[in-house]
Amino acid sequence: MTPGITTPRAAAAIWVLLMALVLQVSVLPHLAFRGVVPDVVLLVVVAVGLRYGSEPAMILGFAGGLLLDLVPPADHIAGRWALALLLAGYVAGRVSGRVSDRDRSPRWAVLLSTVAACSFVSTSVFALTGVVLRDPLVGVPALLETVLVAVVSDVLLGALLVPLVLALDERLEPDRLLA
Amino acid sequence: MTDLMPRERLNRRGSLEPREPGRPRRSRVLSLVLACLILMTLDLVGRDDSPVDGARRLVGEAYAPVEAGVDAVLSPFLAVSGWLHTQDDLTEDVARLEAENERLRGYLGTVDYDRNRLLEYDGLTAAAEQIGYALVPARVIGVGAAQTFSRTVTIDAGTRAGLRPDLTVVSAAGLVGRVIRVTSSTATVLLVVDADSTVGGRVGSSMKIGFLHGRGDLGDFGRTGRLDLELVDQSTVPARGDAVVTWGSEDGAPYVSGVPVGTVRSVYSSVRDTTQRAVIDPYVDFGALDLVGVVVPSGTDSDRAVVEPDGTLR
Repeated sequence: MTPGITTPRAAAAIWVLLMALVLQVSVLPHLAFRGVVPDVVLLVVVAVGLRYGSEPAMILGFAGGLLLDLVPPADHIAGRWALALLLAGYVAGRVSGRVSDRDRSPRWAVLLSTVAACSFVSTSVFALTGVVLRDPLVGVPALLETVLVAVVSDVLLGALLVPLVLALDERLEPDRLLA
Repeated sequence: MTDLMPRERLNRRGSLEPREPGRPRRSRVLSLVLACLILMTLDLVGRDDSPVDGARRLVGEAYAPVEAGVDAVLSPFLAVSGWLHTQDDLTEDVARLEAENERLRGYLGTVDYDRNRLLEYDGLTAAAEQIGYALVPARVIGVGAAQTFSRTVTIDAGTRAGLRPDLTVVSAAGLVGRVIRVTSSTATVLLVVDADSTVGGRVGSSMKIGFLHGRGDLGDFGRTGRLDLELVDQSTVPARGDAVVTWGSEDGAPYVSGVPVGTVRSVYSSVRDTTQRAVIDPYVDFGALDLVGVVVPSGTDSDRAVVEPDGTLR
């Protein structure tokens, strides 16, 4: 059973999301590999989805994606990241429903595969909307390569960050109801 | 603790039923997806002045100070990567810089040479204007050995450049010699300082004529290349410092007229055969000949640019 999201938790999640946005837009580009920046906002959305289920993750994903769509370097059609992260949040939330309550912190394999799946979904959706809307006009092979690199980098960073976000959440307000 | 999301709902039979964990309400999924689609449509339709641009600018304005702050905090850390190098990196850097140093040193070494060559070309152009003949530029590529006792040099212009024997060779400073032999791409020049060379000379101030003989002395090893001037008219005594120019031969071969040769350095009187002998200091430094010009008739076909009397290249 996923725990309910409370007001302080929602606030914390939004705060973490904003930090992730800053990290992703201003810090990580310095560490980019082949120009692909790890999607930290996605990782936060995945963490929230794993903990609280689809609905908060989708809302957070929508908000985070919208910010990514609008924050300065972005020049693509607004709403593409919003849709991509929305769907990623949905996937992560559905996974959380499948994980039994006994391990409240999901196992590593589950965690990493969820991150990989969500990363693949979000980058693919973003890329596909680009193809449909003819926004950046890139070839499919280039798209596939970028998606692959993005998934790998997200998984690598996700192995570090998602447990961190989950632990932060735990620290913030231990869930006494379920204890 | 308040739950923002209700976790149970009433089912069709009116009993309380826990929602399937993690499953979102369909209405919310739909509204969010629709919101995305509407946003994309709005932005796509009004691409140039889209209603989203306002929001974009707003977010940008709000984010700008954050970005500047993060950048200020980050820049010292980013600079760290500039301090950290592996041994290999450093070795590579040293090798690269050393190579670059060598290259630059090489450049530096040729700077003087290049500058001098440029000056010579300039001088040659000026000489062509001054003496009023067309010149084929050529470089001295070989100097005859002193053991041969003949003062000759090889220049890198031959018949292809329009040269033939008995052409006057000058440099920017003055008379050098004459062409005695040509191949298709080189020519041998007999210098005026050669002991066999005789040039008709004229003292500029008195217009008296005489013959210039070489003394077989290039002017290196501290000696100056000298020429002896024997005047035809024995009665006149050239003054020290008088300029001597060529007298010229018929059809300009082997020597054209009016090319500066040198200045009178000293005058000797020979009591025995009652002649005046003047020693001439040539203008040309025969020990350091490089760029010379061969006087050719204007309009000569040549494999290189010919300096015309008006100073232009053809």
